[in-house]
Amino acid sequence: MSSIGTGYDLSVTTFSPDGRVFQIEYAAKAVDNSGTVIGIKCRDGIVMGVEKLIASKMMLPGSNRRIHSVHRHSGMAVAGLAADGRQIVARAKSEATNYESVYGEAIPVKELAERVASYVHLCTLYWWLRPFGCGVILGGYDRDGPQLYMIEPSGISYRYFGAAIGKGKQAAKTEIEKLKLSEMTCREGIYKVHDEAKDKAFELEMSWVCDESKRLHQKVPDELLEEARSAARTALEEMDAD
Amino acid sequence: MGLKAPHSMGTTIIGVTYNGGVVLGADSRTSTGMYIANRASDKITQLTDNVYICRSGSAANSQIVSDHVRYFLHQHTTQLGQPATVKVAANLVRLISYNNKNMLETGLIVGGWDKYEGGKIYAIPLGGTIIEQPFAIGGSGSSYLYGFFDQAWKEKMTKDEAEQLVGKAVSLAMARDGASGGVVRTVIINSDGVIRNFYPGDGLPLWHEELESHNSLLDILNASGPEPMNI
Repeated sequence: MSSIGTGYDLSVTTFSPDGRVFQIEYAAKAVDNSGTVIGIKCRDGIVMGVEKLIASKMMLPGSNRRIHSVHRHSGMAVAGLAADGRQIVARAKSEATNYESVYGEAIPVKELAERVASYVHLCTLYWWLRPFGCGVILGGYDRDGPQLYMIEPSGISYRYFGAAIGKGKQAAKTEIEKLKLSEMTCREGIYKVHDEAKDKAFELEMSWVCDESKRLHQKVPDELLEEARSAARTALEEMDAD
Repeated sequence: MGLKAPHSMGTTIIGVTYNGGVVLGADSRTSTGMYIANRASDKITQLTDNVYICRSGSAANSQIVSDHVRYFLHQHTTQLGQPATVKVAANLVRLISYNNKNMLETGLIVGGWDKYEGGKIYAIPLGGTIIEQPFAIGGSGSSYLYGFFDQAWKEKMTKDEAEQLVGKAVSLAMARDGASGGVVRTVIINSDGVIRNFYPGDGLPLWHEELESHNSLLDILNASGPEPMNI
C-alpha cells in the first residue's frame, strides 16, 4: 500500500484533505523497516526481546544496545532510528529521576508512559521539529504489578499484554495472540519471545523485569538465554521439517 | 512581648500508628506573646482525603506550607488518577521545609492511610529532615512526653487504645507546658475514612498537684474564727 501525499506531506504541521498527517505516517514506516522488537506481559513480570540485524561482520557482539534501563524497575526496547531512540531513552530517564526527587517514590509505569508519549507527541506539533523515527516498548514492574506500554511516533501510547513492532510484527503478533500469557511465568515467556524473533543472521537481545529478578530491570541471564536459543532452534527445525 | 509578636503555636502535637491506621492529636492554643490569640484553634489540617498534617511553631509559616502542599497534592492526585500516598505528601512537605529553612520556623507531623502501606507517620522537624516513625511528638509541650511515650507506647495497639494514649499524652503536656492548652482535638484515619474528635478542656483528667487538696493545713486559714460569745 503506497500512498503518495503529493503536496500535503511536506510538513508535519499540514493535514491532508482526508485528515491524515503524512509525515507521522512516514515516520512510522521508518519503524516498520527496523528489526523486530517484542514485549510480553506474563503473570509475574515483563519480557522484552529485540532482533538485532547484524549490519557488519566486524561489529562486536553485544554492541549496539537496543534495550535500555530507564529506572530500577523499568526498561525500554527501541525500534527504528537508533539515534532518535537514544533521545527518547534519555528523556525517560530524566523524567523518572525528576519524579523521584519531587515525590519521593519510584515513578509509576503508567505515569512514565504518559510523560514519554507526551514528549514524542510534542515533536509532531511544530514545523521546525521532525517527528521521532522510532517506536518504543516500555516495560515496568511497580506497585500495581507488571505493565507493558507501546509508544508510537505519533505520540500514541497504549497498554498491552503483548506488543510487537518492526519488520516481523505481523508474524510476531499472530504468535503472541496464541499464547496464554496470564498463566505463563517470565521464564516460559522467554522461550516464546525467542521463537518469534526468527530470521537469519541476527543477534538477540533480551531483558526482563519480574519477581525472579527481584522486580529490577536487567538482561536475561546468559544460561537462560542459551536454553531459549536451543529450544527455539529445535522448534524451527521441526517447523522446517514439515 | 506585646500584641505585635507573631502568632506562634506553643503547641503539643502527636501522631501515632496503630494496627490499621493512625491517630493524630493536638492541643488548641495559639499565642501572640503572653496573649492567647485563639484558645480553640485546629492545628490538624487536611492535605487530602486520606492525609492530614499537625502544625507547630509559627502559625503563618505552617499554614502556608500546608496550603502549598495541598495544591501540589491535588494536581498530583488528578494526574495519577488515584489518591496520593502518605509518603509522597510527606516528601512534598519536606522539600518546602528544607529548601526554605532560612525563612521558615515550623515543625510538622504528616500522618495518613493509603492502600499500599497502610497507616504511616512522618515527622518533619525544623531543618527539613524527614523521618518515618511508628509514633511522633512535636511542639514545645512534647519535651514533657518523651519519657511518657518510652513507657506507654506499644506496637499493634487498637484504635481505641491509640486514641486514649494520644488524649492522655496531650492532656499531660498541657498540664505542664504554659504554651499548650485549651481543648484536645484528635483525628483518626484508616481505610474506612476519617473521624474527628473533640475533648473540651474541662473534661480532661486532672494530674498531680492540679487535684483539689484534702486535709491541708491551709484549711485552718480558710476556716472562719471562733464564734463570738453571746452575752
